[in-house]
Amino acid sequence: MLRYVAKRLLLLVPVLIGLSFLVFIFVRSLPGGPAIALLGERATEESVQAIERQLGLDQPLPVQYLRYARNLAGGNLGSSVLTRQPVSTELRQKFPATMELAIAAMLFAIGAGVPLGFVAAKRYQGVLDNASLVASLIGISFPVFFLALIMKYVFAVRLGWLPSIGRLDVTRSLAHPTGFYLLDAVLARDWDAFVDVLAHLLMPAIALGTIPLAIIARITRAATLDVLSEDYVRTARAKGLSGGVVNRRHVLRNALLPVVTVIGLQTGLLLTGAVLTETVFAWPGVGTWMLNAIRNRDYAVLQGGIVFFAFIVVLVNLVVDLSYALLNPRIRYR
Amino acid sequence: MALLEVRDLAVKFATRGKTVHAVNGISFDLEAGQTLGIVGESGCGKSVSSLAMLGILPRPAGRVTGGSVRFDGTDLLGLSDAKLRDIRGNDLAMVFQDPMTSLNPVLTVGRQLTESLRSHLGMSKREARDEAVSLLDRVGINDARSRLRSYPHQFSGGMRQRVMIAMAISCRPKVLIADEPTTALDVTIQAQILDLLRGLVAAEGMALILITHDLGVVAGVCERTNVMYAGRFVETAPTGKLFADPKHPYTVGLLKSVPRLDARRKQRLSPIAGAPRDLTSAPTGCAFAPRCTYATPESWDQLPLLREIAPDHHVACWNPVPEADLVTAGLRPAARGEPA
Repeated sequence: MLRYVAKRLLLLVPVLIGLSFLVFIFVRSLPGGPAIALLGERATEESVQAIERQLGLDQPLPVQYLRYARNLAGGNLGSSVLTRQPVSTELRQKFPATMELAIAAMLFAIGAGVPLGFVAAKRYQGVLDNASLVASLIGISFPVFFLALIMKYVFAVRLGWLPSIGRLDVTRSLAHPTGFYLLDAVLARDWDAFVDVLAHLLMPAIALGTIPLAIIARITRAATLDVLSEDYVRTARAKGLSGGVVNRRHVLRNALLPVVTVIGLQTGLLLTGAVLTETVFAWPGVGTWMLNAIRNRDYAVLQGGIVFFAFIVVLVNLVVDLSYALLNPRIRYR
Repeated sequence: MALLEVRDLAVKFATRGKTVHAVNGISFDLEAGQTLGIVGESGCGKSVSSLAMLGILPRPAGRVTGGSVRFDGTDLLGLSDAKLRDIRGNDLAMVFQDPMTSLNPVLTVGRQLTESLRSHLGMSKREARDEAVSLLDRVGINDARSRLRSYPHQFSGGMRQRVMIAMAISCRPKVLIADEPTTALDVTIQAQILDLLRGLVAAEGMALILITHDLGVVAGVCERTNVMYAGRFVETAPTGKLFADPKHPYTVGLLKSVPRLDARRKQRLSPIAGAPRDLTSAPTGCAFAPRCTYATPESWDQLPLLREIAPDHHVACWNPVPEADLVTAGLRPAARGEPA
């Protein structure tokens, strides 16, 4: 098991090297550059060149890449052109916000998707099954930002039930040692702030979690239908176990195996969706940060952010694979 | 009153606008400690009738459309689901055909063994574990205590079937239904499993219903044998009598298709011609008529009912196989002194 984890972590190295190269090329193929973004379109040729020289952008691309790769290997992601802050510092500030949003969205997707898919399978071809099919198709085909805008309009603007932007009411102060506001509120024992953070989190999490919810519900339904016709479920029923025990212990446990894999694959999607959701809800996370970096051609931020996203996706999938082995005794990693 | 009394049990399946008449009225009695074989080819309704008795037909397709199943005086078909659950796995237990797929792959064998002990007998975790160890011992699994922590995939096929049997007998059922318990196993293991079942039935005083397509299996285990075709019993008799004096053409056909060690060399096995009856229409005449060499117009028109043609020997046939044909078929040794 430990050897397997080590092997998987080691595999990260070539993945990150390849990725850093691709990102480097993509970022530089964007029209314009940081100098023009900084100085505006009417900047003189000389001032642009001066900035580029300052940033080392006048060097040939291979030289630039080697310098970037050497820094990356040393854990140095470079500094933002705009704020002059190290990318790693900014990442540490922004990432908890995105992480909190992504976890909340995933919890929502799993918490609603698994029961929905399970019940749909139990009522196979019934009204509820068909209704959930229609609902999931709508959920999957709805663009995240559009759903977010509608929700914001209805619940924040029209009904005024929920705050429309940010993570915390501006009038409220909360120390945030961890950057995860819910956790920070608990640590500070500030329950009013906790409720406020939760209220801010609700809509972005639902908007972001809708597509994963629909996918998880569909996968759960299909897996449950498969498992329901398995011989071992008949055995469990022949033992005279109650319906609840058969469902939980024998059906759901087996049906969740493919769902776990899907959860891992959804992480990447979730981070992409976070960029859009964060923009709509002015969520101060990695998404808005990267969007600004694209606008400003902030090469170091873009490179650092994307490589970090990739790192997270690979890591989450490793965790998912490991937990899969815990759930499925037929799999043993070595 | 018999321990288990089945009367006119009928089961239908609804599939895509068609109705499959899977079981068309079977009746039998099973006394405590008795062993009964139910023999027939695939799809004749053997397994479906046992699932119906336990109330675990696949729903919503399958449903019992008539008859009664009385166990110890209570009609199982009229019981609520909760009441039936108390009996199922407790007094009436079942061993299934394929031990590869009938055990839950993600739970340990110990968990699967102890769950009925705990739910039916209210044992504590520790009591159930100890009982599970002794159950595994009894079905011949070595090193039982440590094997409780193993998962099904860590057992061989024969061992898994032993686990299935241990699970089925865990609450000391009064009736054990074994549905093709040896079909998925290779021949040497088959013999071991049958020995085990025979021994357990004798030791525990359980009644056994052994469902199989293999006459060789019932021969060594069952006191009585019912031959089933197209959802009906066509011949019932004590096993010895059935083998010595088969009357229904289908029974004779089954016996002729069993490979025999004492047959002359190069003698071919004779399969039964034709295919099993399509059960999507309600039967009118004898269901076996299309495949039967003895069929007469009467066979096609009228359903033959079981009638006693010798003491304790019932046949549902208008034209039972004559004595002479049994000799030519090689099922009956010719009179002594003549060359075989």
